[in-house]
Amino acid sequence: MKLRVFGTLALLAVLPLGVGEYYVNLASQVFIFAVFAASINLLLGYGGLPTLGHAAYLGVAAYLSALLQIKLGLSHWAIAPLALIGTTVMACGFGLIALRATGLGFLMLTLALSQVLWGTAYRWVSMTDGDNGLRGLARPAPFGINLDGAPAFYYFTLLVAVFAIWMMARFVSSPFGATLQGARDQPRRMSALGYHVWLIRWVAFVYSAFWGAVSGLLFVYYHKYIHPVSLSLANSAEGLLAVIAGGSGTLAGPIVGAAIVLLLKNWASAYIERWNMLLGFVFVFIVVFMPEGVVPGVKRLWKRYISRA
Amino acid sequence: MEALHIQGLKKSFGGLPAIADVSLSIQEGERRLIIGPNGAGKTTLFNLLTGDLPADAGSILLFESNVTRLATHKRVHLGLARTYQIITLFPRDTLVHNVALSLLGLSRVRWNSFGSLPDSIYESALAVLARVGLEALAERPIAEVAYGEKRRVEIAMALAQKPRLLLLDEPLAGLSREERGTVKQVIGAIPRETTVVMIEHDMDTALDMADRITVLHYGRVIVEGTRAEVVADPKTREVYLGH
Repeated sequence: MKLRVFGTLALLAVLPLGVGEYYVNLASQVFIFAVFAASINLLLGYGGLPTLGHAAYLGVAAYLSALLQIKLGLSHWAIAPLALIGTTVMACGFGLIALRATGLGFLMLTLALSQVLWGTAYRWVSMTDGDNGLRGLARPAPFGINLDGAPAFYYFTLLVAVFAIWMMARFVSSPFGATLQGARDQPRRMSALGYHVWLIRWVAFVYSAFWGAVSGLLFVYYHKYIHPVSLSLANSAEGLLAVIAGGSGTLAGPIVGAAIVLLLKNWASAYIERWNMLLGFVFVFIVVFMPEGVVPGVKRLWKRYISRA
Repeated sequence: MEALHIQGLKKSFGGLPAIADVSLSIQEGERRLIIGPNGAGKTTLFNLLTGDLPADAGSILLFESNVTRLATHKRVHLGLARTYQIITLFPRDTLVHNVALSLLGLSRVRWNSFGSLPDSIYESALAVLARVGLEALAERPIAEVAYGEKRRVEIAMALAQKPRLLLLDEPLAGLSREERGTVKQVIGAIPRETTVVMIEHDMDTALDMADRITVLHYGRVIVEGTRAEVVADPKTREVYLGH
């Protein structure tokens, strides 16, 4: 396992040396989307809480970062923690509302909350410039390192994504992660064992939103622009689909799912006008042939192949 | 000291009373059997005691603390543990992980979101599994063990928490004669520091396990006493035999 992880990281480390700028940028976007999908996976895969509103945290962190830069002219060293804290505090409140329900009710509440933010971003023109979005944003330059070039930003994003996914991996394999998975599988039994199931879910909700916010910062750094569509249902749904396609409740699943979605979105759209249809067909294929997702599905098929051989 | 004191407990579902004015007193260390035909309200009573269901009226004192309005998990921290009539385990996990989750429930370590599950928790879980004779199957997933073994895991999870009051909901249900013997042995070996209240549908099997017996019928206590008193009471015969 460790060998595979280090092998993949070594390959990713040399990727910018072997491919053009387009693919380096595409890979950066995959990393950002992988962090976003992995944060959704904490809720869906490990907590059993399907969310359709996770774009709220990506979008709010991105908007906060943009507004603090444009309106107050703060430095990125101040902006990043403020945006993360602001988004996480908002998630604390959203969690109180959304976790009044589970299952479909939770899904609808998360959707409703994110739609409120999406509508606000569209309509509060004096603050967000509405449909025009906020432009003219600059990337940070940590320790004087200029991140404007594709390879430099690639390495920055890779570093943050690896750290984020490592932190999420530690979280799910910790004692708290075990309790979260217990609350997913048998909430009633968990209460009868002395666990405060609601509080476990709320902590996971906030932690997941925090990493969603981190992906939002990377998102706004990459695009140097933010538009209300980042808060939209479509963005949340794409994240959710990435998790389901890759395999929820697995660490590699959201990363693979994010790569599938981003590659189809960016690559296929260059050749096919109706690339959304292709995306749909791919998901139908995955759900029919690997309902557990690509990562567990490939593992299953590989085991079957080995046992036959 | 009273382990459990219930006064005037009531619970209805859509106007249909499931528990109609039940009062009970169970002493610390006692083995109490609660029997009654299907629909008598036995499991509803347990659900009220654990807080799975809120009571409509009445009070529940657990070791002299009023827990009537207390959340389920808080009652557990006061020393209450239960097993379920319908097996409620974590089927994807191993036996030892199931018991470890039970131990973690009362440990502050459960909030640790960065470290690993301590080895001491697994060692204790293995020791509890050994008590119920399942040490050899510790690393098997729950989904791969027999029904009787799952029943014993249910009991192991409850025992792992060293409860002061243990509620066993039909622990012998669905077991073969041999398995019943094993589970009865496990229950018999529970130390007297733990008060045991057990629901059992099958009167013949369970009578010899109790100090006192309570017969429930239509959500009411109709008979209470020692084995001899309950068996001799005509109301018991009426409920079970219809004459």
